[in-house]
Amino acid sequence: MSDTTYKKTQRAYILGFSLSIALTLAAYILVVGHHFSHYAILLTIIFLALVQFLVQLQFFLHIGRESKPRWNLLVLLFMVIIVWILVFGSLWIMTNLNYHHDHMTPDQTDQFIIHDENVQE
Amino acid sequence: MSEAVAVERKQDTRTIFGFWVYLMTDCVLFASLFATFAVLRNNTFGGPGGDELFSLPFVLAETLILLTSSFTCGLAMLAAQRKDKRMVLIWFGVTFLLGLAFLTMEVTEFSHLVAEGNSWRRNAFLSSFFTLVGTHGLHITVGLLWMIVMMAQVFTKGLKDNVVRRLTLLSMFWHFLDIVWIFIFTIVYLAGAL
Repeated sequence: MSDTTYKKTQRAYILGFSLSIALTLAAYILVVGHHFSHYAILLTIIFLALVQFLVQLQFFLHIGRESKPRWNLLVLLFMVIIVWILVFGSLWIMTNLNYHHDHMTPDQTDQFIIHDENVQE
Repeated sequence: MSEAVAVERKQDTRTIFGFWVYLMTDCVLFASLFATFAVLRNNTFGGPGGDELFSLPFVLAETLILLTSSFTCGLAMLAAQRKDKRMVLIWFGVTFLLGLAFLTMEVTEFSHLVAEGNSWRRNAFLSSFFTLVGTHGLHITVGLLWMIVMMAQVFTKGLKDNVVRRLTLLSMFWHFLDIVWIFIFTIVYLAGAL
């Protein structure tokens, strides 16, 4: 490996490490501080995690420095699609199915579902 | 570039690609566990939720330790590319100790939870928590064992091409585990404390 590539890789590791620490601490301080609404904090920390994911892919796993054809990147994108379907699909379906009927009798649950789904008897 | 070097490079790219595909399928495993956790996180069956169970400063320390170990692992790979055997052993040694510290903290957290009666048997939330975080811990354990084997190989065989190739795979595995932990830290611990 040439000297310039070596220096470049070294800089990449240091930059990636500093950015990751900054992002981790930012998310932590946001949650401990509790200055904003729940929903805003939740969205922000998920965003910070995704940024850190990209930072570590770039600087630790060097995904951007692959030569063409970029098979690694292709498999990564495929994984992202599968994970997206799996996680958001599950959450979507399960929230939709969740009638919160753990405190109801079976009769009440029936009534609730009939009302909620607008079923005509 | 001589023919032998070219063949060696091609072999490197192939092996790394194969390992990368494995890592991506492992992501799908973790994604299913994340989805299960996200669905079950409020099903505490009258027990305490994440905000009462987890200590955020403790988990932050765990996170920073694992992040630093990912960084020192990168430094070890830099030393490997410079064929500096001594520095490879030192940096992987540091990575190993940090990884071991992380694992010890995780086991301590688990045993505290179980001792207080909040084991995986208590409710669906805790079952999914232990499965998700435990699976990550199991990967860390495997990574640490692998690291011992690789340090022995570097020590006895030196930095031959095939040894460096295995080191590359190990470093990818280790960086990958740190990436998974970012999401555990955010979704399980930080979001759980909100």
